[in-house]
Amino acid sequence: MLKLSNISYDIPDREGILKDINMEIGSGEMVVVTGPNGGGKTSLIRAIAGVIRPSLGEIWLDDTDLTELGITERANAGVAYSFQNPVRFKGFRVRDLIRIAAKRRLNDQEICQVLSRVGLCARSYIDREVDAGLSGGELKRIEIATVLMRKVKLYLFDEPEAGIDLWSFGHLVEIFSELRRESDATIIIISHQERIINLADRLAVLADGCLTHFGTRDEILPHLHIRPFSFSCQTDGAE
Amino acid sequence: MDNLPTTPVDLKKVKNILDSLPISATTREILAGLDCHIPDPERTAYNIRENSRCAGRHSTAEIQIVPKTDGKSGVDVYVAAGTVDQSVYIPACISQSGVDEDVYNDFHVGAGARVKIIAGCGIHTHSNEKSRHSGIHNFYLEAGARVIYVEKHLGGGVGRHNVQIDPITHCELAEGSYLEMDTVQIGGVDDSRRLTTGTVGAGASLVVKESLLTELEQRTTTDFNITLAGADSSVELASRSVAKDDSYQEYTSIIVGDNACKGHSACDAILVGRGRVDATPTLRANHPDAQLIHEAAIGKIAGDQIIKLQTLGLTEAEAEQKIIDGFLRTL
Ligand SMILES: Nc1ncnc2c1ncn2[C@@H]1O[C@H](COP(=O)(O)OP(=O)(O)O)[C@@H](O)[C@H]1O
Ligand SMILES: [Mg+2]
Repeated sequence: MLKLSNISYDIPDREGILKDINMEIGSGEMVVVTGPNGGGKTSLIRAIAGVIRPSLGEIWLDDTDLTELGITERANAGVAYSFQNPVRFKGFRVRDLIRIAAKRRLNDQEICQVLSRVGLCARSYIDREVDAGLSGGELKRIEIATVLMRKVKLYLFDEPEAGIDLWSFGHLVEIFSELRRESDATIIIISHQERIINLADRLAVLADGCLTHFGTRDEILPHLHIRPFSFSCQTDGAE
Repeated sequence: MDNLPTTPVDLKKVKNILDSLPISATTREILAGLDCHIPDPERTAYNIRENSRCAGRHSTAEIQIVPKTDGKSGVDVYVAAGTVDQSVYIPACISQSGVDEDVYNDFHVGAGARVKIIAGCGIHTHSNEKSRHSGIHNFYLEAGARVIYVEKHLGGGVGRHNVQIDPITHCELAEGSYLEMDTVQIGGVDDSRRLTTGTVGAGASLVVKESLLTELEQRTTTDFNITLAGADSSVELASRSVAKDDSYQEYTSIIVGDNACKGHSACDAILVGRGRVDATPTLRANHPDAQLIHEAAIGKIAGDQIIKLQTLGLTEAEAEQKIIDGFLRTL
């Protein structure tokens, strides 16, 4: 179970990027976080992964207090994080990145399996450089593959659909539904896509740094349909 | 999955003919570091230097290695026209302090021949006294020849500021020939002046991939001066370097386009600590159809690269090392 208590994040020239966020998400539960651009979704996920340190609040994963742990320690405590904007590495081949994620030497067949899971025609990708030569969509799928292959307690996906073509998107939805079925990990996905939202056990809306809504799909969806981009910290419906 | 490659051959289990040479253990270590492992003397010519003497020489029917007769140290390597799938090993090993040598090796590669040449120098010192090696290599590729040239520089042993390696390489590429040079110098070399010059003929291509790492107070200067002389000639210079600690690197490249040609140079450098890099690229187009491009980028390791690898469980130091290894093509 992931427990966020009173998470706030301010930086010197911008206050209230996150304002007093409280959430409890169980093992085996999938939460989709949505909301307007700039609402604080990426910041929240980066705070959980340890990339940024909240100004206030605590983060617990089961019995582990993550609050003071660094990125590496959180990764090793069972946090996996798929970036909104995947990183390019000059000189890394796809196989190198996959091997780092796996923490062991994989043979070509194993790497192929991982890549075909995210819909990449595997053989031709293994020795490509994770650099300018790959399209945004290809890079994104490799990013997702590096996260999926880790067996962890908590998966964080930041807009996995971004840059992914329609055909692969269907595939992606399947991946998440399978992950939800077959893993007892906690899964948080930031997404604006209805088909991903429809997989969620619960939905959360972040706007202006506040958790404006957090509840079951049935509770939250009507709000999303009525006034999708007019949330503010005053919006009723917070948990 | 279809057509997966079989498990690669474990080189250590294959016979290495260098094992039979009367050389020191240090030299053996240097040879292993320079990737010199020769299983098949039928298709491999070699000349092994150990502390300025010849520790073993072997020619094949198609590749003749002949010592210089003009009083200079070094060899002439003659590759017969049409030779395919053969290799030449010419490593220089120095396992002492106080060696200072200029070695002249010339490669004459006949028309249409395809060969791989593995060169390189390893210096292992055991005192503060300097050892210096300068390999002066000339490549003469006849029409349609294809050569892959691999050169590694290694420094090791004890003592401070005492390993100097100065490679001077000149190449002349005749019509339709191809030369690829992969050069690697990663740490251990205190002082290095690298000079590569060349003339590229019609339809010929020169590709240079250089990987450099300097640390401590090491200094390296790299100079390229390439003339694209023939129509449709091309050159691709790709230099990747890492400057750590208080080390310093100077990169200068001049590409001259005298004909319809394509020239591309890319100088990428990563700074770690107080490392410094100077990059001065020059392009000279003397023909209306010359297309010359230069790219240079110098900076620290990108923060998000380190973060990404940390989220995969690597420590910051491990992440930095992996990024450098990848960048220098040594992953
Ligand atoms: N390091 C930063 N410096 C300045 N502003 C930031 C920084 N990080 C985030 N922000 C701001 O915080 C807000 C929330 O950003 P983000 O979490 O990326 O939102 P979302 O992912 O919901 O689009 C945005 O207005 C963004 O500009
Ligand atoms: Mg975002």
